[in-house]
Amino acid sequence: MLKTFKIGGIHPPENKLTSGGKIQKLPVPEQVIIPLGQHIGAPASPVVKKGDAVKAGQLIGQATGFVSANVHSSVSGTVTAVESRPDAAGLLKPCIVIQVEGDEWVPEVDLSEKIERHTDLPKEEIIKAISAAGIVGMGGATFPTQVKLSPPPGSKAEILIINGVECEPYLTADHRIMLERGEEILIGVQLLMKAIEVKKAVIGIENNKRDAIEHLQSLAAGMNGIEICPLKVKYPQGGEKQLIQAITKRAVPSGALPIAVGAVVQNVGTALAVYEAVLKRKPLVERVVTVTGKSVKNPGNFLCRIGTPIAEVIKAAGGPPEDTAKVIGGGPMMGRAIFNIDSPLMKGSSGILLLNEKEGERKPCKNCIRCTKCVSVCPMGLEPYLLMKLSQYNLLERMEEEKVMDCIECGSCSFTCPADRPLLDYIRLGKARTGMMIRNRKK
Amino acid sequence: MNNLVISPSPHIHSGDSIEKNMYGVLIALIPAFICSVLFFGWNALVLTLTSVIACLIFEFLIQKYLLKKQTSIWDGSALITGVLLAFNVPSSLPVWIMILGALAAIGIGKMSFGGLGCNIFNPALVGRVFLLISFPVQMTTWPVAHTQIVEPTFPQTYVNVVSENSTDAISGATPLALLKIVVKNNTEISKAKVALTKADKELAEGTKTAAEVAELKTKLEQEIQAAQISQQKAKADLPTALELFVGQNPGSFGEVSALALLLGLLFMLARRVITWHIPITIFITVFVFAGILHLCNPEQFISPVYQLLSGGLMLGAIFMATDYVTSPMAVKGMIIYSVGIGLLTVIIRNFGAYPEGMSFAILIMNGFTPLINRYCKPKRFA
Repeated sequence: MLKTFKIGGIHPPENKLTSGGKIQKLPVPEQVIIPLGQHIGAPASPVVKKGDAVKAGQLIGQATGFVSANVHSSVSGTVTAVESRPDAAGLLKPCIVIQVEGDEWVPEVDLSEKIERHTDLPKEEIIKAISAAGIVGMGGATFPTQVKLSPPPGSKAEILIINGVECEPYLTADHRIMLERGEEILIGVQLLMKAIEVKKAVIGIENNKRDAIEHLQSLAAGMNGIEICPLKVKYPQGGEKQLIQAITKRAVPSGALPIAVGAVVQNVGTALAVYEAVLKRKPLVERVVTVTGKSVKNPGNFLCRIGTPIAEVIKAAGGPPEDTAKVIGGGPMMGRAIFNIDSPLMKGSSGILLLNEKEGERKPCKNCIRCTKCVSVCPMGLEPYLLMKLSQYNLLERMEEEKVMDCIECGSCSFTCPADRPLLDYIRLGKARTGMMIRNRKK
Repeated sequence: MNNLVISPSPHIHSGDSIEKNMYGVLIALIPAFICSVLFFGWNALVLTLTSVIACLIFEFLIQKYLLKKQTSIWDGSALITGVLLAFNVPSSLPVWIMILGALAAIGIGKMSFGGLGCNIFNPALVGRVFLLISFPVQMTTWPVAHTQIVEPTFPQTYVNVVSENSTDAISGATPLALLKIVVKNNTEISKAKVALTKADKELAEGTKTAAEVAELKTKLEQEIQAAQISQQKAKADLPTALELFVGQNPGSFGEVSALALLLGLLFMLARRVITWHIPITIFITVFVFAGILHLCNPEQFISPVYQLLSGGLMLGAIFMATDYVTSPMAVKGMIIYSVGIGLLTVIIRNFGAYPEGMSFAILIMNGFTPLINRYCKPKRFA
């Protein structure tokens, strides 16, 4: 019996079109737009100005505060603007625009293919290197990694969980790096274990990636304390609380962080970035992005510089198909619809998905027939049909009582609803309002 | 690429729809429909068609001209109401009564609350109970089930069904009505027996003369004998459990074959139209509760297997108690609701005035559903 989380969950069609596609290096674009806020928390403040010459790997944005992350240039060239540019949703965000000239890196970065193995470093040094490299959660949540590695006083991590689940349909970026960069990932995991002083790490991988499971198992055989845990395929297994429960059987209490049950969760992509930052002194300036979709000509996995316009990566996959109705940043379940394809790829961009009209269609909303399907698929044990109604009537206290703040916004309810009700839309709205009410109460 | 659609996640959908679920239920009703036509002839077919068409027309007219909303008669819900309502009546019911029932089901039971998803009570049962109260004679006149297709005789059956004693009309009573006779005679026999001992006592005390007592005794003994004969007749008329299972017994034409209804249940479980919680919990509750009563007094209370297979229990538990709209949302709530239905059914059947209790039990628990939903929450993550 494979492990999985206890309640709810769905089985969307996997559509992993690109799991056999080797990672291709995307050529450096002519111009990059690097947003200063690519993470959760305060945006970085710019340390370069218009006209400055920069090299790849050079710090251009300094973290401002505890929850923030450094931003580095992903290319060499000249800064042409430090100004607000529309992001994927069309909102203006502070960015640094760089015109590319050649591809020159800052000298301390080790660009060789040689694998470094000296993991015997002090904890502080590892965390300092991670913090300097501007590493954030690469699964899409983009929470600054050094914050996650510094547990609040009084709590102690017991286990490191590495998320190699990739439960979103279509996406294969994590799958490919596990296959192609497996050894580096495991070294990164060892570094992370040192950083939070735990003896045990478990890499959770869904069973639809047998090749990755076997590959990492053979590599981990010689390493102490790293275990590969195959998981039953079920969405949203990559949800932090779901993954912790699947692997440790422990349930993170409502409103608490994973550290409450002694767990720290990091993505496989983050582990790879940690390896590069600590042992190759390479900041987070590139990542693997899956560009995919049923009508896309050459879907694939591309190693892209951060700041590359989304339109460029789509071009690399054969250009946008005629019937494209929606462009999604991330997977189809939790990704965001992109309004402006000239906006750049960011640290959290795991995929660019092009959906055709039929696939991305939203049918008109009908009356709730109270079939209980949303209740039975909710991985948090909530009642989406009720939360939607409460949100429509703006009954925030009742929503709080019904645990709306526990919602992880996985979208299983809306995906399942036979009446095509926009359950998550309303729940998200109600959750935001309820959260504001709770914060105001504390003041 | 110039007109990109923007919406919040999720961006894909399972493809499930109201229609898929409703037509799933309809497919599950096919075996019971075939059985009803086999056992009750063309009447069953005519009544089902009448009911379905009437339900569709009433829903269309109300949506279009009263509520002035977009019509949605093909979502399958009115079809199910029509079929279930027809399955809940005797095959000899006149067509015009059937149409009135459809009006009550759709008009009062469903559309007056706002249409699909808004009603508190199961529309088909609202229609059925409306007919049972308004037309008690026609609604309890039961033609016998045939094992073969009978000749199309529906013109006559509509005229000759009404007789004085409704339960004993052209055909004999339903198994549950027979059970009522058994129980009624039981009470009469024990009453007479008490009177006999009283008479003996009075003779010993000398308050009555020997002649008076002898006369009384003969009268009472005759009564007992008559009751025993009627009881034996009723017992002899009772179909065997196997006959009940297949469906060779009088009753509402869609409810008689437990086998066909169970096939429908298996189909719906396999297609995940419903979950097992409601029907199985009702079966278990009825079996256990009726079983305890049976063990306490086998003379008075019939065996639990019989309770399970007779009357509208199967049809109710599988197709009506499981109605999405009127049953609770959380598993815990479903269990409470189903236990309530099971207990009420057995109580009404054994102690109530009506021989059949499933419809009332479901309607009563439908009324409790909002309250159950308020207090029974699903198992939270933590």
